[in-house]
Amino acid sequence: MSALREVLAAAALVAGKDLRIEARSRVATNHVLPFVAVVVMLFAFALDTEATTLRRAAGGLFWVTVVFAAVLVVQRGAQLEQQDGAGEALRLSGLRPAGVFLGKGAALFVELMVVEVVLAVAMVVLYDLRLGGVVLLVVTAVVATAAIAAAGAIYGPLVAGLSGRETVLPLLLLPVLAPVLLAASRAFEVALGRGVGSGWPWVGMLGMLCGIYVVLGALTSGPLLDET
Amino acid sequence: MTDLPTPTHPAPVDSTGSRGSRILGAIAAGLVAATCFYAFVVTGPDSQLGETVRILYLHVPSVITAYLLVAIAAGASAFHLWKRNEFSDLLAASATEIGMVFLGVTLVTGMLWGRPTWGVYWVWDARLTTTALLFLMLVGYAVVRSLPAEPRSRATRSAVLSLVSLALVPVVSRSVEWWNSLHQGQTVLGTSDAKLDGAQLFGLFLGMVSGPVIAAWLLMHRFRVAWLAERAEELGLDAAIAARRLEAGGDAAGATS
Repeated sequence: MSALREVLAAAALVAGKDLRIEARSRVATNHVLPFVAVVVMLFAFALDTEATTLRRAAGGLFWVTVVFAAVLVVQRGAQLEQQDGAGEALRLSGLRPAGVFLGKGAALFVELMVVEVVLAVAMVVLYDLRLGGVVLLVVTAVVATAAIAAAGAIYGPLVAGLSGRETVLPLLLLPVLAPVLLAASRAFEVALGRGVGSGWPWVGMLGMLCGIYVVLGALTSGPLLDET
Repeated sequence: MTDLPTPTHPAPVDSTGSRGSRILGAIAAGLVAATCFYAFVVTGPDSQLGETVRILYLHVPSVITAYLLVAIAAGASAFHLWKRNEFSDLLAASATEIGMVFLGVTLVTGMLWGRPTWGVYWVWDARLTTTALLFLMLVGYAVVRSLPAEPRSRATRSAVLSLVSLALVPVVSRSVEWWNSLHQGQTVLGTSDAKLDGAQLFGLFLGMVSGPVIAAWLLMHRFRVAWLAERAEELGLDAAIAARRLEAGGDAAGATS
């Protein structure tokens, strides 16, 4: 079997494992989705209940919420690998580290996409948001989520096992996600008719960031899997 | 009772200095003095930037030195992930720490320059913002280094963090073009028609030489401190093991008597 096939097979196995655990434990649905709903409400309290203000800031608010949710989801993934020697088992499984990284990233991607769909529906209903530029919205969401998932798949294993990882993870992850947040917010503003210029250069920047994180994650997954 | 080995203590070290570091320090001090002389005595205020041009003699060298140190740290980190030796890990940690200081100086001097130029200390300009983000990433690196962990594991985590920091540097440097920045464009190196006159340019280049020389001097000392700290940690471990052995030996002797 070629190396690429081995990597992809490992990725599918790990992604399947992580998604099955999430489906059975229902942490995403029982903890993260209610958290997202609370944040959507809080934004309205903090800014203005006037729909115009919320609609104007909707793109940024959407991605701030996604980034906060991502911290929770990554935290949860790191915690899972610490329980019952799961990380040790993964290390001894003989799976290709790049495949493990891609699998973890893919699972994070799926979980975050579910969060984003629910968040989008909540914002459309509560903020009276009118969706325009659907193609730009969807492509931005997919590429930005892939970038967030890739960064999360690097930083999750990196903080696993560290004392005080709950506070260290946001400190490490949020600065890395800030460029993603910026580009995705601007692209969403354009798609929602609030921004100026074209949204596609922002998507290009998101793609570049995603590429950087995927390459770095694949290259560093071996040492991280061995040592953490 | 068998004789137990006692830990050997190396000769105490009272300085991280050496002949080489003292020479380098003297050169750095001379370059700083020359830069100050050019910045405050030889050159006058700029026709466009006024007196604020003097901040650039510190701001530009500090940012270049900071990027250089981040690159050194990333190179050492990549080498560490490949060869796994202590030298590269400590070099990366030392370079990141000093880079963080230079990046802090860059941010502060940038804000001091921004106040008279833009009217505010901080604008959400792309280059400023991403430089601040890079600074925060280096702070994160320092936090991870400070957490208690097994040295090999800590070195691996730090190396990965350092590489990700380097990946952000191109985004920082190109951010002016990408995000249509308000920041002062490339004034010295980017265009053929530099806007600074000859003495100003010379002063700036003196600063750009002295920054890396100071960084090299600091790096030499910081690396030696880190190296000694590792040795002290090992010594503490050896002493603890020897103490446990002595205790065990004493218990065994007590049990047989």
